[in-house]
Amino acid sequence: MAETVTIKVQRFNPETDTEPRLQTYEVPYKEDWVLLDAITYIKDHLDPTLSYRWSCRMGICGSCGMNVNGYPRLTCSTHLRDFRAGMTVEPLANFPVIRDLVIDIDDFMAKLKSVKPWIVRQLEQPLGAGEFLQSNNQVDNYRQFSQCINCMLCYAACPVYGMENEFLGPAAIALARRYNNDSRDQGAADRVKVLAASDGIWDCSFVGECSAACPKGVDPAKAIQQTKFDTVNGFVMDAMLTPFGGRG
Amino acid sequence: MDFPVYDVLIVGGGGAGLRAAIAAAETDPGLRILIVSKVYPMRSHTVSAEGGAAAALRPEDSWETHAFDTIKGSDYLADQFVVETFVREAPTEVVQLEHWGCPWSRDPDGKISARPFGGMTTWRTCFAADKTGFHMLHTLFQTSLKYDRIERLDESFVTTLLVEDGRCVGVVALNQRSGEMSAVRAKSVILSTGGNGRIYAFSTNGQICTGDGMALAYRAGVALKDMEMVQFHPTGLPSTGILITEAVRGEGGYLYNNKGERFLKDYVPTKMELGPRDIISRAEVSEFEKGNGFKGEYGDYMHLDVRHLGEATIDRKLPFMRELCRDYVGIDIVTDPIPIRPVEHYMMGGVDVDIHGATSLAGLYACGEVANVGINGANRLGSNSLSECLVFGAAAGRAAAHRALEAKAPTANPVDALLRDETRRVEKKYREASGGTEKMADIKADLGRSMDSNVGVFRTEQGLKEQVKTIEKLRKRYAKLKIEDRSHVFNTALTGAMELDFMLELAEVMTASALNRRESRGAHARRDFPERDDEHFLANTMATYTTGGPPTLTFRPVRITHWEPKARSY
Repeated sequence: MAETVTIKVQRFNPETDTEPRLQTYEVPYKEDWVLLDAITYIKDHLDPTLSYRWSCRMGICGSCGMNVNGYPRLTCSTHLRDFRAGMTVEPLANFPVIRDLVIDIDDFMAKLKSVKPWIVRQLEQPLGAGEFLQSNNQVDNYRQFSQCINCMLCYAACPVYGMENEFLGPAAIALARRYNNDSRDQGAADRVKVLAASDGIWDCSFVGECSAACPKGVDPAKAIQQTKFDTVNGFVMDAMLTPFGGRG
Repeated sequence: MDFPVYDVLIVGGGGAGLRAAIAAAETDPGLRILIVSKVYPMRSHTVSAEGGAAAALRPEDSWETHAFDTIKGSDYLADQFVVETFVREAPTEVVQLEHWGCPWSRDPDGKISARPFGGMTTWRTCFAADKTGFHMLHTLFQTSLKYDRIERLDESFVTTLLVEDGRCVGVVALNQRSGEMSAVRAKSVILSTGGNGRIYAFSTNGQICTGDGMALAYRAGVALKDMEMVQFHPTGLPSTGILITEAVRGEGGYLYNNKGERFLKDYVPTKMELGPRDIISRAEVSEFEKGNGFKGEYGDYMHLDVRHLGEATIDRKLPFMRELCRDYVGIDIVTDPIPIRPVEHYMMGGVDVDIHGATSLAGLYACGEVANVGINGANRLGSNSLSECLVFGAAAGRAAAHRALEAKAPTANPVDALLRDETRRVEKKYREASGGTEKMADIKADLGRSMDSNVGVFRTEQGLKEQVKTIEKLRKRYAKLKIEDRSHVFNTALTGAMELDFMLELAEVMTASALNRRESRGAHARRDFPERDDEHFLANTMATYTTGGPPTLTFRPVRITHWEPKARSY
């Protein structure tokens, strides 16, 4: 018999189950397979009732995050060869489960909107005036925070979010920072109201699990530190008190 | 029963749909807008676009050359009037996206940068490193959150369009989370559901690209145009089909065969690696047939080499390519050539629409890859599709908004009956059916593999006829589908089955259209008719639905404005 790998998958169907349970599958082992291939093999050949999300299979759409042996990962870039001893696959931690490996991310979607993740301008510049000029250094100021794919791995890794769901959380703060750091934006004063609120940046205990879990090299912990620093040093407060604040 | 009534309902939340939503909201802030998507918008396949968005922004460029490049690239099947409008609008749209925060890569003077791309005579592909689609999608999505009048129904799968008295008045959608079907009424409906690449087994497309909107429109009686025109991208990773962007060649990468030759010298000598995709994909297959490919576990492949660019340029311009090759091939492109082969990538064909995105069905619009507005013809130039999403997404959004301002609200009664019928149909066909024996995954795999071999880079009458029969058999097997999940909550077996139904329908149209075009033009290469035949086929294929039968096919002459068809050589 060809080589196999053992994969335990958390199952939960709210229509029939009261508790989640682990189901064990033996899946063919292939050197170049990722965990997502194995899960799709289960769906296609062993158990069509398994539900999970996926699309791009190239680490950019952010759909396929799951907890693998207790650690949040994108299953499309988690190789079977790194887990020959087998894997336990569960839905991302810290979220309500809709079914099987499908989590409810409504909370994040609301938090994302609350930080105003768009360019805020006191006065719009007409399109005819062309683009805003930006040096590559200015782009570098916000570039890494703009790499967030909303995969939710950082929320699954965050011990604070695990304790209290009110915490704004790593990705939303990183995306707020992404706009605050953008030379085209004048919305820092608006965002500080959310960031400095009781469930904002001050809740973070700075263990850095979010940055370690991020598959795209975003450093939410740094975003939180930068924002704490700015807030303490009055930069954001100034912005808040200056009618045309920000840095045009 | 009361159903929510929207002014503009948008099916699909990718680049085109989000741009349409914002355009509608800006046309009149009082309009009530809804985006229905089977995923969360930021998961849409726009996210995977890499290389860039074409726009004649630079002073040395002109809309005329962008238009001509596009028309020549289309092998003269593009609608020249539409192309002119497109290239004139594209720069404004790229600047608009810049104002909304898109992190475009910049030139030293701070302006939006551009890179060379296949079939383009000058540098006009604006880019955000090699994640342009990702950045555009997230910029549009995040910007859309600013408008309170843009509501969303995420993870809801549209099963049919509501048509009443010859106009589209909404959709029926399956809410994946609850499993409930509901009607949503609207004065205008825009389809922006993307492409259908997953009909092929070997495709760059994400799992969600199943052509839903094309099938929805087709079944509602709207013609599908040029469905034989399928783009095969020359550089996909051999095992997974993951896209390696054309920007790799735009930045100076070389293609080599197993003899160490830059073989494109024999196919596109004046353009080499910057030739159009159809020609380069054919060149690769021709070289494979001569025995000039490298042999691998997944068939023949070529080498795409960027080693001479150096690590600094690679990390600045192509960081995602380095990451993808590390993760999915186990190589470092700084020191190793990239194995690549042609892979299904894009559907030039689609729902027939006019320049405002309007279809022949009143109240129904389409934009983006689902539509065929006419700029791509028989072969799309790389980086025109992201710009297309912006230009024609905005146009459709505005047109749909204007219609909504004038149209009367649809009446509720017929919708009630339509919803009941559709709910019944889905229940009966999928949840209550018993005795089926055919596994969905097997049918899907057989469809994909047969399309790969019979409706691929090169086509023959024999192969296409065989494919017609194959699809017929697959549809019979589909009628005996084994239903293994009857639950309601997040039943992906159910949505998967409905997607497969759409794909089988579209595969039939694609194959019939390919069989009917007895010439070679752009991406449609017939071995038995190797020449372009303007006398008979300077025309768009129009496929219309007939109940229970093959599509009715007709040809509609192409609109020519300033550019008379000439031999297409590079």
